[in-house]
Amino acid sequence: MSSWTWFHRLASPPSFFRLADRLAPWLGWIALALLAYGWINGLFFAPEDYQQKDAYRIIYVHVPAAALSLSLYVGMAVAGFVALVWRMKLAESALIAIAPVGASFTALALVTGMLWGKPMWGAYWVWDARLTSELVLLFLYFGVIGLWQAFEDPRAAARACALLAVVGVINVPIVKYSVDWWNSLHQGSTILKMGKPSITAAMAWPLFASVIGSYLFAGYVILRRLQNELLQREAGTAWVRELMGKSRV
Amino acid sequence: MGGYGLYVWGSFGCGLAVLAWNALSPRLARRALMRQMTESE
Amino acid sequence: MNVILAVLTRELRLALRSRMDWLLPLLFFVMVVMLFGLGARPNDPVLAGFAPSILWVGALLSMLLTLDRLFRADYEDGTLEQLCLAEAPLTLTVAAKLTAHWLLTGLPLVLLAAPLAVALQLPAAGQPALVLGLALGTPVLSFVGGFAAALTVALPRAGLLLPLLVLPLLAPVLIFGAGAVRAALGGLDAAAPLYFLAAVLVLCITLVPWAAAAALRNAFE
Repeated sequence: MSSWTWFHRLASPPSFFRLADRLAPWLGWIALALLAYGWINGLFFAPEDYQQKDAYRIIYVHVPAAALSLSLYVGMAVAGFVALVWRMKLAESALIAIAPVGASFTALALVTGMLWGKPMWGAYWVWDARLTSELVLLFLYFGVIGLWQAFEDPRAAARACALLAVVGVINVPIVKYSVDWWNSLHQGSTILKMGKPSITAAMAWPLFASVIGSYLFAGYVILRRLQNELLQREAGTAWVRELMGKSRV
Repeated sequence: MGGYGLYVWGSFGCGLAVLAWNALSPRLARRALMRQMTESE
Repeated sequence: MNVILAVLTRELRLALRSRMDWLLPLLFFVMVVMLFGLGARPNDPVLAGFAPSILWVGALLSMLLTLDRLFRADYEDGTLEQLCLAEAPLTLTVAAKLTAHWLLTGLPLVLLAAPLAVALQLPAAGQPALVLGLALGTPVLSFVGGFAAALTVALPRAGLLLPLLVLPLLAPVLIFGAGAVRAALGGLDAAAPLYFLAAVLVLCITLVPWAAAAALRNAFE
């Protein structure tokens, strides 16, 4: 039993709030450093691509955004699952904290995908499986946000959104595997192929940095949003009042 | 950018905008929340 | 088993009493197809190319019209609360309700699809794939749509939120359903997308009633 007390203590809003306060700056600054390295290298120092010339550089924005859009939805669904099964308030607030962040990166993936598609394939948009599934994912995020705002009681809202997120998570593997299921315009997986990836090191390192930096950045943002959710939900309780008292001084 | 300038800079610009919004939006919300909570004390 | 039969007969009997309620989506389906036909040139060959998506989207929108009604009437007169408190497992009751919805809305749409496909000049090669696809897909529309209706049953202004919730969830069904017809028309094997629809159907029948029941209980807490 005692091995779980750290978990329960962590999940209590005031202790998580304190943990987030200590963790967030680290995530933020390391993310900033990695993103700066990734993007500056990707824009100016990585070599030109044989086929796509300089247009491929969009990869340093598009791939992290697309990866995040999927990962965050899965994260949201996991938070939803935890919230439903264990009725954890922290998980409910996490679910809501993730949604807008995930939606913004999904929109970014779509926009950069269009900006990449136009010079490469001549079209801003095609109704192929991967692009369409990403658009559907954006609407799934909007659905969660819309459902949350429609409820008056935050606990009922969280439970409804958790159910929606868990049911909607089916869309995520469809996005991931649709490249294999259809012969679509979208480039096949070049990085996660078995064996040697077909991308040179000088291009790959800034890409890894951009991806990891984006994930850490998303972590930072979600922690901050989560803190706001906790403050709002626990307004009037002792620990929140104590916190405000300290900030006023 | 080899003629692709609009697309590449456009993409990075959008990326920067999304990063900025994500970084600032919680800050602004926290400030508003604090103000709202101290006023209702 | 008794629970399922009881709920089914109740739904069917209620539907018989307000027949127009359940005929309207069918009329809507016919109307949508008719409008597309009227809007196109006479004997336009392009219309046949669009026929798969017109028929699928028409079926989807028609079922969407009936979703809000699925639980709301019972919620408003207190029957839903009774069902939640009853001894019979709510999951089973919900599954029966969703099945009844499909029998009243989805199945007639499947039957209507073949003649409407002829009206849109869909070649005969595509018709089995269309009807089979709709037979597999319309239950998914009922179940997943019913889940969304359960989520929003207690909300006063669920109006536009319901389509926003349902349509993204149903997008894969639409993609594979219309894709199956196009595959058949192109001479390719339509089995793969149809198997996918069947898999989605099995997944939905087994898992969605539980989620919908949880969503309904949420409305009362």
